[in-house]
Amino acid sequence: MYPKDLKYDREHEWVRIDGDVATIGISHFAQDQLGEVVYVDLPKAGDPINAGDTFGEVESVKSVSELYSPVSGEIVEVNDALDDAPETVNAEPYGDGWMIKVMLSDPAEVDGMMDADGYEAFLAEEA
Amino acid sequence: MRFIPVTCEDQAHMLARVGVGSVDDLFADVPEDARLARPLALPEPMGEVELSAHLMSLAKANTDASDVVSFLGGGCYDHYVPAVVDAVISKPAFFTAYTPYQPEVSQGTLQAIYEYQSMICQLTGMEVANASMYDGATAFAEAALMACRVTKRQRVLVSQSVHPEWRQTLATYVEAGTVTVTEVAGADGLADVEALAAELADDVAAIMVASPTFYGTLDDLGALGELAHEAGALLVVGTNPILLGVMEPPATYGADIVVAEGQPLGSPMSYGGPGLGVFTCRQAHLRQMPGRVAGRTTDVDGKTGFVLTFSTREQHIRREKATSNICSNHALNALAAGVYLSAVGREGLRGIAEACVAKAHYLEAALVSTGRFERAFAAPFGYEFALQYRGDVAEMQRTLVARGFFAGLDLAAFSPDDAGLVLFAVTEKRTRAELDRFVGEVSAL
Repeated sequence: MYPKDLKYDREHEWVRIDGDVATIGISHFAQDQLGEVVYVDLPKAGDPINAGDTFGEVESVKSVSELYSPVSGEIVEVNDALDDAPETVNAEPYGDGWMIKVMLSDPAEVDGMMDADGYEAFLAEEA
Repeated sequence: MRFIPVTCEDQAHMLARVGVGSVDDLFADVPEDARLARPLALPEPMGEVELSAHLMSLAKANTDASDVVSFLGGGCYDHYVPAVVDAVISKPAFFTAYTPYQPEVSQGTLQAIYEYQSMICQLTGMEVANASMYDGATAFAEAALMACRVTKRQRVLVSQSVHPEWRQTLATYVEAGTVTVTEVAGADGLADVEALAAELADDVAAIMVASPTFYGTLDDLGALGELAHEAGALLVVGTNPILLGVMEPPATYGADIVVAEGQPLGSPMSYGGPGLGVFTCRQAHLRQMPGRVAGRTTDVDGKTGFVLTFSTREQHIRREKATSNICSNHALNALAAGVYLSAVGREGLRGIAEACVAKAHYLEAALVSTGRFERAFAAPFGYEFALQYRGDVAEMQRTLVARGFFAGLDLAAFSPDDAGLVLFAVTEKRTRAELDRFVGEVSAL
C-alpha cells in the first residue's frame, strides 16, 4: 500500500528520489478516495515549480483535486501516457501512474516529508 | 417533482426554526443603505380582465413583423416556426424551468438537450456542442475566453466584420482585464486576411470572424484557418445555422470553435429575444468548454440514461476553477431548435436555406436595378445583404413602413462608417408577390 522507499506529504503525494530527480505521483489512499480517475491535467516539461505550488489536477467520476508539488525545481518529464489512460493512476499509483519528474533545486526539501510509517500514522489520525 | 412554492405557514415555520422573526432579518448582513427601503414603484393591481386588456393595448402600440412585410435581420430572423415546435415546447414538463441536476427526475430534459447537441454537431461538423448559452453574442464572448484557456495566451483578434453587438458583448466580458481584444478592420464586408496576419503574434489566442458576416457576406475561412493554426492560435467562427443547410460547415475550414445565434431554428423573433447561443468545439478542447454538456450513458442495469457530464468545468462544482460563470442554458430555445431540426429534417433545412438564398438574390438584383440602391460589397452573400441607398435612409424607411414594409436595417445606427448602408434579410416566408410589391414601392420613391 505504502512503499517504504518513498516519501509522502500531507496532500497525499509521494516522491521517489533518484539522484537529483524526484518522481511525483499520488498515494494509494488518494486514488482510492478519488475513485475512478478520468482525467489528469499536467504541466509542460521545462516549467519551473516551487514546493507547495499546484502542478495540475486529477479528476475522477466524483470529484476533482489539485496536485501539489512537495519539492522545488524544474519539471523535466511529464507522464503523457495518462492523457489516454488516466485510470493507470488507480491501477498503479506508484508505477505507471506517476505524474511528473522534477530536477530538484533544493534536495533538503525531501527531508521534511514523511516516510511510509509516518504517512500511515498520519492517515490513521485523519480517519 | 413538485414545483409548489412555500405557503405563509411554511415560511413562518421555517423562520421560527432558524430563529428569526422575518425574511428581512435574513438580509441583516446587507448594509441598510444598499437595501430598497420603499415598496417598488408599481401601479395598483388589476383584475385579470382589465390586465389582459391593458397588456393587449400595450402590444398593439407596436407594429410587429406580422403586421407588415419584414426585411429585418441583423442577427434576428423572420423564419417560419412549424406548429409542432410550440406544441412540444409547451408541454409543462419542458416548459417549467428546472436545472436537470438530478438525472433521476430529468431524463426528458436531459435527452432533449442531448439530442439538440447531437444535431448541432451534425449541422456544424464539430465534435462537441454544449447545452446552449444565452445567445450568439455570449457564445462569441465565451469563445474568446475559452481560446485563451486552451492556448494559455491572453489576446484575441476580432474582425470588425463580426456583428457589432457581439463585439460589444465581448468588450463587456473583458472589462475585467484578463483578456485583450484587438479589433481589426474588415475589407469589402469581409475579414481582412492581411490585416489579421499583420496583427498575429505569439500572444494571440484566436482569430475571431463570422461567416456570414454582419453584412451577410460569406468569407473564405480556409485562408483564416491556416493563418491561425500556423501561429498557434485557434480559429473562432460565428455562423448562421440555417445557411448550414447549404454551406460547407465551418469545421471543414479548420474552425476550432463555432458559435451561432440559434434563434432562426424554431424561436420567434420576439422583439429581439430570448435568443439561443449555439456553442461547439473540438473534442480535444472539451474540458475548456463553457456551459453544460448532457451525455448518454448506461446505468448499473445496463439501461440507457442521460446525465450532465464534465461538470467539474462548472461553477456549481468549483466556482474558482469554473470555465464560465454561466451555469444555465437556454433549454427551451434549445429544445425548440431540436424540434425544429427534427421536423424539417436534412432535406427540409436544405430547402429552407435554398429558398432564403434564392429570394435574397432575387431581391438584391431587383433593388439594384431600381437605381435607388447600389451594391456595397462584391463578396458573395447568403440571405442577407447590404446596399448603399442613394438618399436619406431614415426618410425612405418611414415612407415604406407607412406602406407596409420594414425596409431593412439602417446600419448608421451601428456605426457612423456604415451611414447610407441598409441591411436586408430575406427569409423563406417572403413571397414573390411581396418582393415585387416592395421593389415597386422602392421604384416609386
